[in-house]
Amino acid sequence: MIDVAIIGGGPAGVAAALALKRRGVGRVVILEREAVLGGVPRHCGHSPFGMREFGRVLTGPAYTRRLRAAAEEAGVEILLRHSVVRLRPGGVLDVATPDGVKQLRALRVLLATGAREMPRSARLLGGDRPLGVLNTGALQAHVVLHGSVPFRRPVVVGTELVSLSALATCRGHGIKPVAMLEQGTRQVARWPLALFPRLLRIPLYYAAEIAEICGGARVESVKLRDGREIICDGVLLTGEFVPESSLARMGHLAVDAGSGGPVTDQYGRCSDGAYFAAGNVLRGIETAGWSFREGAAIADYIADDLVGGLPYAEGGVEVVCGEGLKYAVPQSLARVTRLRGVLQLRVAEAIRGQLRVRAGDVVLYKRRLAALPERRILVDLESLRIPQEVSQIIVEIVA
Amino acid sequence: MFDVAVVGGGVVGCAVARRFTLQGARVVLLEKGADILSGASKGNSAILHTGFDAPAGSLELACMQAGYREYLEIRERLGLPLLESGAVVAAWSEEQHAKLAGIEVAAHANGVADVRLISRDEILAREPALSGAVLGGVLVPGEYLIDPWSAPLVYLLQALENGAEVRRNTEVLAGRFDGAWRLETSTGEVRAAYVINCAGLFGDVLDERLTGVRQFTIKPRKGQFVVFDKAAARHLRTILLPVPEERTKGIVLTPTVFGNLLVGPTAEEQESRDRADTDSATLRMLVDKAVEMLPALRDMPVTAIYAGIRPATEEKKYRVRHEVGQNYIVLGGIRSTGLTAALGLAQHAWGFCAGTYAAVAAPVWPQAPRLAEHCARDWQEVGYSEIICHCEMVTRREIEAAMEGALPATDWGGLKRRTRAGMGRCQGFYCNAALTALCAGRLHD
Repeated sequence: MIDVAIIGGGPAGVAAALALKRRGVGRVVILEREAVLGGVPRHCGHSPFGMREFGRVLTGPAYTRRLRAAAEEAGVEILLRHSVVRLRPGGVLDVATPDGVKQLRALRVLLATGAREMPRSARLLGGDRPLGVLNTGALQAHVVLHGSVPFRRPVVVGTELVSLSALATCRGHGIKPVAMLEQGTRQVARWPLALFPRLLRIPLYYAAEIAEICGGARVESVKLRDGREIICDGVLLTGEFVPESSLARMGHLAVDAGSGGPVTDQYGRCSDGAYFAAGNVLRGIETAGWSFREGAAIADYIADDLVGGLPYAEGGVEVVCGEGLKYAVPQSLARVTRLRGVLQLRVAEAIRGQLRVRAGDVVLYKRRLAALPERRILVDLESLRIPQEVSQIIVEIVA
Repeated sequence: MFDVAVVGGGVVGCAVARRFTLQGARVVLLEKGADILSGASKGNSAILHTGFDAPAGSLELACMQAGYREYLEIRERLGLPLLESGAVVAAWSEEQHAKLAGIEVAAHANGVADVRLISRDEILAREPALSGAVLGGVLVPGEYLIDPWSAPLVYLLQALENGAEVRRNTEVLAGRFDGAWRLETSTGEVRAAYVINCAGLFGDVLDERLTGVRQFTIKPRKGQFVVFDKAAARHLRTILLPVPEERTKGIVLTPTVFGNLLVGPTAEEQESRDRADTDSATLRMLVDKAVEMLPALRDMPVTAIYAGIRPATEEKKYRVRHEVGQNYIVLGGIRSTGLTAALGLAQHAWGFCAGTYAAVAAPVWPQAPRLAEHCARDWQEVGYSEIICHCEMVTRREIEAAMEGALPATDWGGLKRRTRAGMGRCQGFYCNAALTALCAGRLHD
């Protein structure tokens, strides 16, 4: 019997494994579908990774080598090329391996499957279907892992942090983006990173949206909604991260429409108490460092739970994501006298107003804020005192 | 010198090549694209139709029903899947509801005896996730789902493994008949006793190149589709057909053998025969339409978007003719029913030449790729080495196999149709680079 099976060997999964071993948990297994551990940072050829975890600034690949070494040293069982294909109630996993399909049982399972950028299809981005429409993740895998260059003069869509990392990747591999498109009126990434496109002399178009992608075999141009046409040989779709929560969605776990991740409580516990989730499978998207710390924190709760030390999930308080917000994580709170952890919030559009947590008409928490998309917004759960009779709290931003 | 030159490697051409080969003819299939299925057969709704709503007494109906029967006869030997989903023609308005009785009568007249009216309650008992706005329907138990790419692929593979030849990247530019055909193609002259025009969207162009006149005109009709995440499939088991309108079968919401849920197609007349582009407003409309019918799709991610072009003509009927003195057969204007009718059309074409050759005594039966989710997939068998595409669970072994054999994939579209690599929910975020590296030098754009 496995004590804890961890699905996904990225920063959150490895951090959880390390924390569980530190707590003296016996059999901790990471199930990784790729041939190497590390997750997305494997192909992030840029820094900074690892400042808090390893006390130094590392590139993504160097960081993942550290993760691997630490996991091996700690005695974590690492099963590579193990693809979990189905979650079953109570911690039973169907796993595809090159040696055949297996069924594994674990006392607890941690989902740490990360996030990915939204592809063209899910954005309902029309036009022809030429080759050369990629996400940043795919571009980075091309240049960092395989030494291939999928295009030379792409249009870059998006201005999130990852978009700038995409520009850095392009710059390092002889790719010269012809334009960067932002559908809003300002960049999503914060100053001074937002100066980066200008430094690289890449024209930045605001309020710009692709109406159609044109091309035969390969991308030839994009047409914008305002009628402009940009000649290019690729389209790089950056950001708009969505949790890779397919296992939850395909299985029996509740999935939150707002975050796109599994519904959890403040301990990372899913709707089936044998399952927990940590890292970017919870929401799009946080940094590797955040995911690492979150993995470790939730692993601590799992270790508590294995010895019966975690409060019951039943009779918890539902967290409703209200007006002005894109998501609120976690989506439920187990009832305890003193809450720990944070409520993670995001907005879809820039908003200025009052952030409130209320139970009916009773305001439990409030503060003024000016929020921008893809910026971290946190509410310290310790500051919330939820009255006994309350079964639902609403989080909202009132403009 | 060939007995038969089949022009066009769509589903009809592949089925015709198979039929004539099995009957003993020496067949060459000429395809102008880099791969088969690069035209109309590339995008459709993957339904095996009973013909319940086909025009009474039509050739289309006869070919659909013959094709349907033959598919069921041969599919196990070719390793082709069948998902016995059944279909419901659903009425969402009083006006549509009033048409249901007529649909049942017409279906019975077409010989589809098990078609019957089904009440709103019965529909909802069968499909509990369906919107309660449904008023009633017609149940068509025999409408099934198949793999629209593996079927034609294995038809042609069977032809090839029993002696036929295929020439891809070969466009027929002109032809002359002097007791036999001399076809001038982009890759040299081809001589054949018979020519069968299965050129789909370019059937009329080929007609003119061979005979000097176009006896019909292709009116390309585009259909856009949206594919929902596999998580959607649990919400619908039955094909949901609309009450037919004037021109088309209308918008269908259906499971697929690949475990997705598909909504489409639109019916958009256009000039271009090869531009199958999508537009976000139409895609959004399709999503909304699907959500309206199946509210559980509200927050369901979209996996894929695509468009197909049907070779409609100025008339609704199939444009089939046999010019006896010219040894020339045209199978033209085969629209969305072509996937079902292909094997029947092949039989029909064979009927024009029956008795000419001696059938292959013990034909080889090649196996189609196993891509259907309700059947055993390659990853369930040991020794696949690694999963390349995680969303669709495509193995390295499958990708290697698709690039080998009698009809290897030569481009990305062909590889996707043979393996499903890159067709899943991440659309290549995880596997695009690995796939590119694996196929380097073996596929072109």
